[in-house]
Amino acid sequence: MSVPAVVAQGLRKSFGPLVAVDGLDLEIPVGVCFGILGPNGAGKTTTIRMLQAQVAPTAGTLTVLGLDAVRDGRRLKARLGIVPQENNLDPDFSVRQNLLIYARYYHVPRAEAEARADRWLAFTQLTEKKDAAIQELSGGMKRRLILARALLNDPELLVLDEPTTGLDPQARHTVWNAIRQLRRDGKTILLTTHYMDEAEQLCDDLVIVDKGRILERGSPSALIAKHTGSTAVEAVLGWSEDGAKVTNASAALTAAGVPHEKLPDRVIAYGPQAESAVATLGASEVINRRSSLEDVFLRLTGRNLRD
Amino acid sequence: MADWPSVPAGNKGPVPRVDLRLGGVLAFVARNRDVYRKTWKTNFLPPLLEPFLYLLSVGYGVGALVGTLNGASYASFVAPGILAITVMQSAFFETTYGSFVRLVFQRTWDAITATPLSLDDVLVGEMVWGAVKSALNSTLMAVVIAGFGLLPWLAIPAVAVVGFVGGLVFAGLGLAVSARVKSIDGFSFAMYLFITPMMLFAGTFFPLSQLPVGARWAAQLLPLTHVVAILRPLAAGTPLAIPASSAAYLVVVALLAPALAVWMMKRKLQT
Repeated sequence: MSVPAVVAQGLRKSFGPLVAVDGLDLEIPVGVCFGILGPNGAGKTTTIRMLQAQVAPTAGTLTVLGLDAVRDGRRLKARLGIVPQENNLDPDFSVRQNLLIYARYYHVPRAEAEARADRWLAFTQLTEKKDAAIQELSGGMKRRLILARALLNDPELLVLDEPTTGLDPQARHTVWNAIRQLRRDGKTILLTTHYMDEAEQLCDDLVIVDKGRILERGSPSALIAKHTGSTAVEAVLGWSEDGAKVTNASAALTAAGVPHEKLPDRVIAYGPQAESAVATLGASEVINRRSSLEDVFLRLTGRNLRD
Repeated sequence: MADWPSVPAGNKGPVPRVDLRLGGVLAFVARNRDVYRKTWKTNFLPPLLEPFLYLLSVGYGVGALVGTLNGASYASFVAPGILAITVMQSAFFETTYGSFVRLVFQRTWDAITATPLSLDDVLVGEMVWGAVKSALNSTLMAVVIAGFGLLPWLAIPAVAVVGFVGGLVFAGLGLAVSARVKSIDGFSFAMYLFITPMMLFAGTFFPLSQLPVGARWAAQLLPLTHVVAILRPLAAGTPLAIPASSAAYLVVVALLAPALAVWMMKRKLQT
């Protein structure tokens, strides 16, 4: 049995009075694509910044790739590949120079750095842009270049903080394919995202966190099966001033013991009884659909805005 | 307005231990050097052009009114003064505006501290690079001044050393200011309250003996006074007349100011 990629015990981080991560216990095996999902402010970025030895924990222990994330920061960082949430490419250099100069921070010899830069530029489909200035790149190209940069040191663990936020569907799928290929090549991948379809597509296993704590853990399909069943039935009831239609429908579903969500103009019922229960509500339209990780996420973390 | 990256306000945690490696510092310095080399023509111009302008206007223009000072021309008095000002400005500019842009706007520090380099490597690298720029600019300027016959050619290597040590002083002070400002506009206060008065009252354009007694003592606290005090005998070709107290002051502050800057920056950024 190999050493787990990540072992966190009682991991805490507070910034003054604000508790960002509140006693996290987590073990992630190697070779998987692992997701950390949660609303804004849930503690995702703080958690992964502790994992990558850029933020020191307030309490608890954190071992990454068998190394203490506080004491062995340098040795740990040499084995990680980081795609941060905010683009931080070096605007003073061209695309290829960005990679060559970054390789120097890992003390990769020049000739080897050039070979690796060209390899990962090809992998991220940026070869044609190798002499372009950073300012000339589209959002998707910048994300791909940051991914190429994260691969220069042949990392064992790849940490991707919202790698596809703001990308168009084509660029997103390009990044997804790259992530799938890297996972197949044996890399462990840690991913945060706000896109539930992305997590469903890519993650073998994931946690849903909120307010610095883990709410739930499992594979996407297991979480869907546990919290919503495989189907969701939406009953469209229409808008009403006082929301009475939705309130009444919700009361009926509660009486029938059917788990459900209230929206302004409809209810969403889950589970094996959903379809028959909804039939009695007098809905103007009934939509049968496969339930998704997004249903699970919203059931667990609520529908209120976070920021 | 760009904000400090990932640092919640009011966070004053304990400063973590020192984690510094020469290889890391050099890798960071090499990055700044590579940026400098990309635009070396524009970077070389000011230190070559400035002494011309200063010497012609202040040295020979004002000098014609002043006559001689202690038996020497006014231009020869001003030349080490403008050299010292360059030592101060080159490093201070680099670790204020330059470092702030790299930290806040370009997030360069954040990208680099994700690699095996530590924050200490980056901070010390910024200041070493600032000192290198001071040494480089003052050396270029010294060549022009030597061409005017106002500095012995043999003194140029010594100017480079003074430029580096003095540069560390001002790089450290600049980075310490960077740890305090809330936005890039904050640096103009440091310029008005610190750099400009020093430029004018540190024995650069007129001898300290012209100042009232109290101000003369206060001027002894200013680092620029001691850079001037070292460069003036060098320019006069009398290096043995360099005051040991000024040399000692610069060396001590060249160690203390960067240490203070590292401490302040880590308190600000690391928690």
